[in-house]
Formats: sequence, structure tokens, C-alpha cells
Amino acid sequence: MPVNAIEMAGVTFGYDRARPILRGIDMTVPRGKVVAIMGGSGCGKTTMLRLIGGQLRQQSGVVRVAGQSVCDLSRDELFALRRRIGMLFQFGALFTDMTVYENVAFPIREHTDLDDALIHDLVLMKLNAVGLRGAAQLEPNELSGGMARRVALARAIALDPMLVLYDEPFAGLDPISLGVVGQLIRKLNDALGITSVVVTHDVYESLKIVDYLYFVSEGRIIAQGTPEEVRHSSDPFVRQFVDGDPDGPVPFHYPARPYMDEPTVAAR
Amino acid sequence: MKRATIDLWVGIFVTMGFAAIVFLALKVGNLATLETRPSYHLDAAFDNIGGLKLRAPVKAAGVIVGRVESVRLDPKTYEAVVSLRMDNGYQFSKDTIASILTSGLLGEVYIGLEAGGDLAMIPDGGRIAKTQSAVVLEKLISQFLFDKATSGPPPAPGAPK
Amino acid sequence: MTSLASGVRRIGAGTLRAISRVGFATRFFLAVLRHTPSALRRLQLTAREIYFAGVLSLVVIMVSGLFVGMVLGLQGYDVLVKYGAGDSLGIFVGLSLVRELGPVVAGLLFASRAGSAVTAEIGLMKTTEQLSAMEMMAVDPLARIVAPRFWGGVISMPLLAALFSAMGVFGAYLVGVRLIGVDNGTFWGNMQAGIDFWPDVTNGIVKSIVFGMAVSLIAVFEGYDAHPTAEGVSAATTRTVVGGSLAILALDFVLTVFMFRGLGNG
Repeated sequence: MPVNAIEMAGVTFGYDRARPILRGIDMTVPRGKVVAIMGGSGCGKTTMLRLIGGQLRQQSGVVRVAGQSVCDLSRDELFALRRRIGMLFQFGALFTDMTVYENVAFPIREHTDLDDALIHDLVLMKLNAVGLRGAAQLEPNELSGGMARRVALARAIALDPMLVLYDEPFAGLDPISLGVVGQLIRKLNDALGITSVVVTHDVYESLKIVDYLYFVSEGRIIAQGTPEEVRHSSDPFVRQFVDGDPDGPVPFHYPARPYMDEPTVAAR
Repeated sequence: MKRATIDLWVGIFVTMGFAAIVFLALKVGNLATLETRPSYHLDAAFDNIGGLKLRAPVKAAGVIVGRVESVRLDPKTYEAVVSLRMDNGYQFSKDTIASILTSGLLGEVYIGLEAGGDLAMIPDGGRIAKTQSAVVLEKLISQFLFDKATSGPPPAPGAPK
Repeated sequence: MTSLASGVRRIGAGTLRAISRVGFATRFFLAVLRHTPSALRRLQLTAREIYFAGVLSLVVIMVSGLFVGMVLGLQGYDVLVKYGAGDSLGIFVGLSLVRELGPVVAGLLFASRAGSAVTAEIGLMKTTEQLSAMEMMAVDPLARIVAPRFWGGVISMPLLAALFSAMGVFGAYLVGVRLIGVDNGTFWGNMQAGIDFWPDVTNGIVKSIVFGMAVSLIAVFEGYDAHPTAEGVSAATTRTVVGGSLAILALDFVLTVFMFRGLGNG
């Protein structure tokens, strides 16, 4: 069994040649760890998750998950790999035409031939793990954002994956829900012996739960380290991110010509 | 939505749909009238079939006893040979007369059969010997005008001919 | 000069985009067909879609059929009686419903009622990343989501068209026989004498199956291809209704040319 759950080396990707999104990413995620990928909005974090899950294909470089190069897998092999990966989408992506119970049961029903009684036990177990056993019969639209996130988490771990990918698990949550989801990520990772990759821009919450952080900006990894190193880092980008300064290496202004050159200003 | 409820409604819907198709076939269309009954074939040659169409009815004394199945031109005699698909329940004598008729002035064209007195019946695949062609209106009118021209001025209305 | 060139360029770009879309749609159609066996193996999924496409369209289809039939009865009788052919009301109503109005009007209603719902549903599932989530769970959305919705529509459409025609004939009967006073026997008798199961009724059924396939394909394709935003989904829904309706009318012409040409004198 390879030591690293995920290895990325020299990965570049762009939807078209003119606008590369990732320009040479090198990253390793050791097994059993919780690793955060941090960066501003639109810096390519989510794209990295999609490359890991095989939904996109990099232009160059290698993406290995559990030792297998993702883009060299056949369709069947890719689907076999995905059964061992759980993914939590930004807003949960629960199936709106099913109850909470059916949502969690979905991957089990699709991929196993277990009978209904056993599925019932499994689903309640997973829901219990996220504290929502009582909400089994609710519809997704009756859930709050935090609850939906937790149901999606129960669904992501339904098939006991080796790797769980989290896409912005903290986005749009109130502080209490945020803490609950953060603690769940850590606890489930340790209790089930899985590996977790958390894509987020929430430094404060991440620093509490993760083992290692990568900072991504403009398609490159520009800083990395353990939470302790990050807190005491002197790297200007990391400092800006951790302290939440409006201006710094990440500029406040979108690139533009000097203000005095604007026609209306110059006319005065 | 419960699975059983969905199944029930889909069942009702599919049953209604097929009932509608059966209704269209039997009550609106004519599937019940001919297709299922056993049948035999007869041929009849006409000088002119006028506006006779495929599947036009074959009637005897006003009762539908068959349908026109095909129409072709005999290349030797230049007669139209009409193939009839007849109901097995009705047999016709050898001296039956087949004529092409029109129901009303503008109505549908059909073939009328007038049975004769012969005891021998026409067998399956046989031919009706005596036929009467379609009355072509244009010919009739020109003949009428011709007759008028040759017999002098028209008689006064109501006068005996 | 430059505006002319840019205009021509725009036409060229539009044409290329349309062609690539048709190509994409064709590949999509083949992919749906490829996933059909796995979808039909689990009939429950398709049954569910028949419920949404068929059962929920039942009321609007039957009520519309009834009214169209009643109007046909009134208008048809009004015209026919001028030529002394009031007795032919049955043929007139039956033929127009079975050959044309049943499949076409039911198809148009189906496109706006069920087709738009399917597009909106799939488009919304795409917007909320449900399709992506399914893919990541190693479940192909084409097999699990698209194929059942396609076949649910294809199965529902001919049944709805038949129900529409049947209700229409019934409506014409109500108006013609009960209200105006055409003889009951004449009405049904003339209708049966003038309408053949083969080819009139069967051609109507074939038409409705073709319309069902066209509308369902457009609906699932537009949903699957929708831009994953609120505007994208609403634009896709509009395209389903407009495109589906135009497809029905165009296909109706083509099918009619092939089906009823040369049936007159053999």
C-alpha cells in the first residue's frame, strides 16, 4: 500500500490554452492525514479536487491516487476508484428528490446487493455518526445549511471510503455549524482511518483541525506547512491570508490603468 | 411519493392509454369489421373504374361484404382488374353482376354486387364475369347534349317525352 | 466594410456552433441509447418518470382533448352542413384527430408540460452539483437520471396522444350527436367506414412515438447541456419548449409526406 494517498507532480490544467488555471502543482497527501488546500476564490482549488476525482484531465504532470495514475485509468477502473473516494460538495449536492435516508442509502444501493434491513442499519449508523439519525425522514429542503452538509458527509462515508474530498465544507455556515462540521471532519478521519483533503478559504477553522496546509495562488503552490509553522510564518502571502489584510501580495484592486488616466478623472 | 402509489398510478395511466388505443382501433377505426374475419378473393375486370379507391367497400343489397384490395391495369385488354377481399360468410353465384356505383351525387364510390340465380358459386380466386363500369359524369353529360342536339328542341318542362 | 465582415463572421460562428451542437446532441443520443439496458433493468426508475411525464399530464391532456373535440364538432358541422355532408362529421372529426391533432396537440402540450419540467429538473440537478456528485459516487448520470427520463417520455407520449384523440372523439360526439342532433348510428358508422386502423390509426401512433422521442431527447439534452446558473436553466427550459414544438411541427410535415402520399388510388 503506498504511503501517500495522493501525489501530484507538475500538474498543469486550463480549460483553454490562453488561461491556465493550474501551472505546475506539486503536492503530496500522506495517508491518514487531514490536509487543507487554501487560497482565494477562483484560484483553482476546486479544479484540483476534480483532477483527483478524475472528472477533469490535466494537460501535463501526474496525479496519483492510491498509487494509480488517475488519467490513465479506464472508465471501469476509474469508477472502481471513485467507489473508494467520498466527496462532499460545496452545498452538499443532496439529491432533492429523495429523503435524507434515501440520500445516504443511495451509494449503498447502487454499489452493493445488501438487503433492505442491512442497508437500514448502515444508513442509521452513518447518520448517527453525524448526529442526524433523527432527521432520516426529512426532505433535503427542510434542512439547514449545516445539517445538509452533515447529511452529505454521511453519504460521502457511506461506502467506507479511504479518501474523502471536501469542497468548501465551511462556506456559508454559522459559527456553531462551522465548528460542528470542522470537528466531524477531524473525528471521522481519525475514527475511520481515512485520508481527508479539505479545500477551503477559512484559515481560522482549518488551523484548528488539519495536519498540513497548502496555499495556492494563481495556479501555483506558494506556501505550505503545519498549522504551527503557518501561524508563525513570515511569508507575506500567508500573513495576509491568516491576518485577513485587505491588501498585500493579493492586491485589493483588480488590475487596471492608473486612476489618473481614467478619462473622467483626467478631464477635471 | 410512495413507490406503491406511483406504481398504482402508472398502472392506471398505462391501462387508460391502451384502452384509448383499443377504442381508436375498434370504435373509431374499422379493425373490428374486417381484418379479423376469414376471407377469400375475387377478381373483377372493368372498362373504367372511375374514382374507385383502395379499401372501398363492396356491397350487396347495401350490406358491406368485402373491400377492394388492389387495382391494376391488364396490359392486354386495357381493362382495370380489381381484386376484392370478400367475407367468407358470403358466397356469390357465377352470374353475379358487379357494378361501380356512387352513393349520392358526391358520396364515396363502391362496388355493388347483384346476385343472380345460378346455383354454382364463384370459387376463391375466381372472376366475376359480368361487370358494369363506372358512370362517368362527363361522358353522361356529353351524351345527353349530343342526344338533345340530334332530337331537336328540348320538350317543354313536364311534357311527356 | 468591417461591420459587414463581422456580420458574416457572426453568421459563420453561429453556424459552426449550431453544427457542433447537433453533433454533440447526436453523440448524447447514442450515449443515452447505450445506457438504456441498464436503465430498463431497473424498471422502477422508468416507472417513476412515466408517473411524472404521463400521469401528471393526464388531466391537461384529457381536458384539452375534450375541448378540441367539441370545437371540431361545432366548426366541422357548420362547414360540412353547407355541402349537405353533415353526416360525415364522424369521419371529419375522427380523421383529423387520429391523424393530426391527437399526436401534434398532445405533443405540444407534452413539450410544454413534461418536457420543460424534465429540462428544469436536470438543469437544476446540474446547477446544484447533484450530477457531479453522482459521477463522483461512480454512478453514471446518463444511466441513472437521463435514460429513465428519456424512456419515460417515449412511453408516455403515445398513450397521451391516444387518450387525447379518444377524448376528442368523445367531445365531438357530445356536441355532434347530443347537442346538434346528428344521428348516433350515422356518426359512428361513417367514422368507422372512413377510418382504417391500418394505416390511419397506426400512423397516428407512429407519429406520437416519434414526437415522444424528439421531445424527450430535446428535454434531457437541454437539461444536461444547460449552463449551470439560474439564467442558464431558464433559457434551457425555454429552448426545450420552443425547440420541442418546432421539432414536432417539422417532423409532422415530414412524416405526413411519407405516410399519406400516394394512398389515394394505389
